[in-house]
Amino acid sequence: MSAPDVDHWLTIADAARLLRSGEATSTQLTRAALERIRATDEQVRAFITVTEEEALEAAARADDLLRRGDAPDAPTGALTGVPIALKDVLMTEGVRTTAGSRMLDTLRPPYDATSVARLREAGAVSVGKTNMDEFAMGSSTEHSAWFPTANPWDVERVPGGSSGGSAAAAAAGQCVASLGSDTGGSIRQPAAFCGVVGLKPTYGRVSRYGLIAFASSLDQIGPFTRTVEDAALLLQAIAGPDPLDSTCSDEPAPDFSAQLGEGLDGLRIAAPREFFERSADGQGMDDGVAAAVERAIGLLAGAGASLDRGASLPSVGYSLPVYYVLAPSECSANLARYDGVKYGHAARGGESMWEDMETTRQQGFGREVKRRILLGAYALSAGYYDAYYLQAQKVRTLIRREFDAVFERADLIVAPTTPTVAFRQGEITDPYQMYLNDIYTIPANIAGLPAISLPCGFAEAGMPVGLQLIANRNEEALLLRAAHAFEQLGDWSSRHPELG
Amino acid sequence: MSDDSQPSDVEAFSAEQVRHLASLARIGMTPQEVEEFRAELAGILSHIQALAAVETEGVPPTANGADLLNVQAEDAARAPLPVAAVLANAPQREADYFRVQAVLEQS
Repeated sequence: MSAPDVDHWLTIADAARLLRSGEATSTQLTRAALERIRATDEQVRAFITVTEEEALEAAARADDLLRRGDAPDAPTGALTGVPIALKDVLMTEGVRTTAGSRMLDTLRPPYDATSVARLREAGAVSVGKTNMDEFAMGSSTEHSAWFPTANPWDVERVPGGSSGGSAAAAAAGQCVASLGSDTGGSIRQPAAFCGVVGLKPTYGRVSRYGLIAFASSLDQIGPFTRTVEDAALLLQAIAGPDPLDSTCSDEPAPDFSAQLGEGLDGLRIAAPREFFERSADGQGMDDGVAAAVERAIGLLAGAGASLDRGASLPSVGYSLPVYYVLAPSECSANLARYDGVKYGHAARGGESMWEDMETTRQQGFGREVKRRILLGAYALSAGYYDAYYLQAQKVRTLIRREFDAVFERADLIVAPTTPTVAFRQGEITDPYQMYLNDIYTIPANIAGLPAISLPCGFAEAGMPVGLQLIANRNEEALLLRAAHAFEQLGDWSSRHPELG
Repeated sequence: MSDDSQPSDVEAFSAEQVRHLASLARIGMTPQEVEEFRAELAGILSHIQALAAVETEGVPPTANGADLLNVQAEDAARAPLPVAAVLANAPQREADYFRVQAVLEQS
């Protein structure tokens, strides 16, 4: 099999079979991915850095392991030799890591993120670092300091964000799978916009060590894949306790694939009405999205799940304001480290060290990042702390409790992933309008719940629509079971964009 | 969302307030940026203001999504990063130190 013959839409499971049976080598798959990137990335612009040399070296090592029969056992071993891409917010030893910011233009980290190290140990091959909104703050990848990424389904449209590069790379067949991070929807929203599967695990399931921090109580790393089965395999490779992240759960990762194939029979699915109503200020799903999501819910019920449309999360409508207090507050603390002293952009030549620092941050941060730091500084400042930060944390408790109550009578929650399909580049300029993109995804971050977006249809202009499923904490296996069963009910996941 | 369609009782941000926040956050800012952020922050705050309407008497705050409390780690030493690797990204260095301008001022 020569490189051009490699199917761009291989899944992890397919690739693992081909590699184990000797029908393909990792070097062939990796060359094919690199060629696909060369052929399509002028249009898509998913990658900030393509690591061709390192990838081919890693592929040769993987081929060696596979030949000798020394590759790790399944399910982790499913990744051995498989070309993947990494969001540029994950630290990669010796490989430029910018987080989409001028501030980190030249950073070559001295160590790997735990999730990256685990993929390396599993023998996965990284082909490069993907584009993102600066410091993961944004919903369109237009706030990257470098360039915007295009949606492979329509290059005039955005891929979503902040993990837009990882979503677009997976959707464009430039890699078999990729990693992103999700603070308020940054995996699920771009997955929906690009027609791929995106999973945000339970808070604490995947170590955040080496994930460049945005909002530490909300950030979580997760996979982009073309199938639900692959999401289980990739999560398996990165999940589990890590002494280097004190917020990482010490509960060992279960077998995330264990329940795949068990179907929807007997599952109780709640569709809380707040996710489907038009709010007082007119926010809600577009007609095309609503139609696709309603069809999907009908299919879930038709395939054996029982549906509760009377469930309610009365405070979930406050998720967006809660998020826009908590996330900026945490980011204003996390981003204080960028001072031009130890690494990153550094202005010099001012009157004092303090002046250099102010100039460094003025030049290094983009507009959206500055806006959120200022907002956080405001919410945390004396006199406002109780009214904003503390109040947001209390409302967070209410939202969590309401989810807990729904999960006493339901196994899963179904909701839309986004109110619209991918919008056009430059279409949304008002910051708050941009924030509204995440109205359905933020609640799972606030409550620390695992949630997945998977393709469920197409709407306006043939753009993909995502369906969101949310499970109780640590119930990823159940979540993946239901998502996998739904995936078998249609051919949405096997349709791919046509590119140049 | 809730009933905050009227951007009502948010105190308008003054230029002075924005400059104060910028100095707290150590971000240099041109007068034009101050004006732009003034309008944007006021707009966002008008939406966040909705939180004030939620009854939270007696509700404890939640600081993180996991149920973690008093996480303890083994008191074990592990090899630190090599000095050369850590300093490799330094914008300015002198021997094994990061170099900055003098912090202390002469009295």
